[in-house]
Amino acid sequence: MTETPLWEVFIRPRNGLAHKHVGSLHAADAALALQAARDVYTRRGEGNSIWVVPSAAITASDPDHADEMFDPTGDKVYRHPTFYEIPEDVGHM
Amino acid sequence: MHAALLEIADDCLVLGHRLSEWCGHAPMLEEDLALPNMALDLIGTARGLYEHAGALEGKGRGENELAYFRGEREFVNCLLVERPNGDFAQTMLRQLYFAAFMEPYWRAATASADPVVAGIAGKAVKEVAYHIRHAGEWVIRLGDGTGESARRMRAAVAALHRYTGELFESSPAAGAAEAAGVLPKRAECRGEWDRVIGMVFAEAGLEAPAVSHMQTGGRQGIHGEALGHLLAEMQSLARAHPGAEW
Repeated sequence: MTETPLWEVFIRPRNGLAHKHVGSLHAADAALALQAARDVYTRRGEGNSIWVVPSAAITASDPDHADEMFDPTGDKVYRHPTFYEIPEDVGHM
Repeated sequence: MHAALLEIADDCLVLGHRLSEWCGHAPMLEEDLALPNMALDLIGTARGLYEHAGALEGKGRGENELAYFRGEREFVNCLLVERPNGDFAQTMLRQLYFAAFMEPYWRAATASADPVVAGIAGKAVKEVAYHIRHAGEWVIRLGDGTGESARRMRAAVAALHRYTGELFESSPAAGAAEAAGVLPKRAECRGEWDRVIGMVFAEAGLEAPAVSHMQTGGRQGIHGEALGHLLAEMQSLARAHPGAEW
């Protein structure tokens, strides 16, 4: 089955939440991938919506470029919304 | 009434056991989970039916006695479900044939005069709807796939179609349950079965053969050789250790 395409599976646990990557599987086409995702990844009631995406359609960042991609944000603490005084009345945010 | 429930319970248990034989042997990991998933659906349905049948019978038999301590001639499943797994094409076609019958059957049974049966039906109808979808997609892809897969799918149709007529046959036990409004009339599932099988076969490039003589007898306990082997494997543990709990 080496020629069977690979698919990435995304599951939404509940309404209002985002689909989250849960793993991958092999299937010949999109309809079978959706069924396989149901059978492999939702056996214990993990969700109520499934996306499958051909793994080949995903463009991933290159780990070799991690320094230039991600390190520059390390010293920019002012981007975090931690410098605001939250009035007591607002409560938990 | 309990005898009619046993017929359907035996169908579900025997087919569920057949599917469980694939566990660890399926052609790919994804199907290695999908087939036992369907097996567990069917065995779950069988458990509910056995429990209810045992209670109606009133002789103290529960699901374990009914599943593990009846002999081959006492099993009243239809012949289709006991057919050996064969290859993947044959397993998927058997599943489609059975699920396409059970879906309209359970749908009608949700209006059963017996609230326990209606409850079992309400759960089972969703499960078999998925079985139709899963098996149907495979039958389409194999029938309309490579030369090899199409040949195997045609061979499966040739081997199994003769067992489909029995699905729609009533029996004295079923007749009584039908008259009491507890179970639906099997013959009335024919239209929906023909529609679903026709739709799948059209896409799969398959033709339903004209069968002059449908195989039957399962409801009278007259089975093929295959059931004896299945029961020997399924029942040996429970019979070697009667009363064991697991």
